[in-house]
Amino acid sequence: MRALLTSLEVAAGGYLVGLLIGVGGAFGKLYGGPILRDLLEAYTTIIRAVPELVLIVLVYYAGTDLLNRLMAALGYARLDISGMAAGIAVIGLVQGAYSTEVLRGAIKAVPAGQIETARAYGMPPFLLVRRITLPAMLPHAIPGLANLWLIATKDTALLAVVGFTELTLATRQAGGATREYMLFFCAAGLLYLMVSLVSNVVIALIERRARRGMPGFSS
Amino acid sequence: MREDNAEAVHAMADIIDPQKDKAAKSENWLKPHRIVLLLLAALMVALMAFNMRWDWLPLYWTEMLGGLWVTLALLVSSSILGFAMAVPLGLAQVSGPAPLAWAARGFCTMIRGTPLLLQLWLLYYGLGSLFPQIPWIRGSFIWPYLREAWPYALASLTISFAGYEGEVMRGALAGVPKGELEAARAYGMSRFTVLRRIWLPRAIQRALPTLNGEIVLQLKATPLVATITVIDLYAVISDVRQDTYIIYEPLLFLAFIYLCLTGLLVAGFRYLENRIPTRGV
Repeated sequence: MRALLTSLEVAAGGYLVGLLIGVGGAFGKLYGGPILRDLLEAYTTIIRAVPELVLIVLVYYAGTDLLNRLMAALGYARLDISGMAAGIAVIGLVQGAYSTEVLRGAIKAVPAGQIETARAYGMPPFLLVRRITLPAMLPHAIPGLANLWLIATKDTALLAVVGFTELTLATRQAGGATREYMLFFCAAGLLYLMVSLVSNVVIALIERRARRGMPGFSS
Repeated sequence: MREDNAEAVHAMADIIDPQKDKAAKSENWLKPHRIVLLLLAALMVALMAFNMRWDWLPLYWTEMLGGLWVTLALLVSSSILGFAMAVPLGLAQVSGPAPLAWAARGFCTMIRGTPLLLQLWLLYYGLGSLFPQIPWIRGSFIWPYLREAWPYALASLTISFAGYEGEVMRGALAGVPKGELEAARAYGMSRFTVLRRIWLPRAIQRALPTLNGEIVLQLKATPLVATITVIDLYAVISDVRQDTYIIYEPLLFLAFIYLCLTGLLVAGFRYLENRIPTRGV
């Protein structure tokens, strides 16, 4: 059960990091200069084309090593990065690429007139984003973001490969210790399934709220 | 503002002369900042090529080709088998009797709600530890296969592909206009003929665009089989890292290969999609 909590923590942390990257990336792709746009394009393309497992191994080992070298070069002591922090960073990096695309599409779905009107009222850019763009794009973004959350919970299982004790690896260890592989794997599968089903219910509630007042979607 | 103008000009050119537009687009693609970025990228690649160690590449060439072959074989066979399973799954959900529909929906939910790694390990460690306890399996002809890892890898990849694609097929089958099926019935086609001649072709045509993404996802799922001792491309690269204690280079090379594979897949599907007439879908 502790392992389930760890899995969920990493998933939630990675998801939040991904969302932050996604919001930044989406605005960068839409409103940024040409160089920023090309760099973001390269980022999302590469992340989405390379298997998550390879990325996780690459960032988990290479990322921590690079960070340590950087710290050493700057004259600090070696930093011991916990598996948790590295896991969150990796999942966040992967999720960021996907959520950039989701949010970009959602922002583009906001009628341009609404944003222009806000500009005409003299709203400063940040207020505009907070009051108009983000709330207005939310209904368009939620299905994609919900999907990403489910992917995030399942991607945490990949951290088992680099030896981070989350639900899947803990299950295998328990199975190995007791020789009851079938029992433990089925139990873990049920736990994952419960997480997905509960998430689905919560997402449906959130979606209902985000869509309130929109014509044609009242259900 | 200048950009907007360029866009507008393009739109005009598109209407007037597609050939001209193509030329303008390629011209547009090589903007000054992009040339600088490309040069920077080339510089980075060159630095990587000269400063990092690549002497292991020729030594492991044959192994890597073998691993690539295993990866591609798993990808192709599991996609085909999975698609073959997905069609009945979708059918059962759309028009099967209630218990069958429930079973199919439960299967899809279960597969999509649990990580592939867990499914893989459940089959390999779970089922794999059960089989030897059943005497008649040990004596039968499939036993030699069950002791190897790849049947489990293929099975779990197939099942997972079927689970995801079954959901897509459900949507595609349900999305075929009712009128077409009724027209076919009115012509006196039997139910099976309707399915074979009208329903399935129309549904597959609708599902094709998503198939590309699904297969790319499937490609990205294949390295997981390395965790149950199947020697695919990822496993070969892991071996290289353990043999030579080189950390980054093999992984970067691996990422590069997957990048190429994905690019090839996407380009191939785009070519196919352009050849298939999609009028009216």
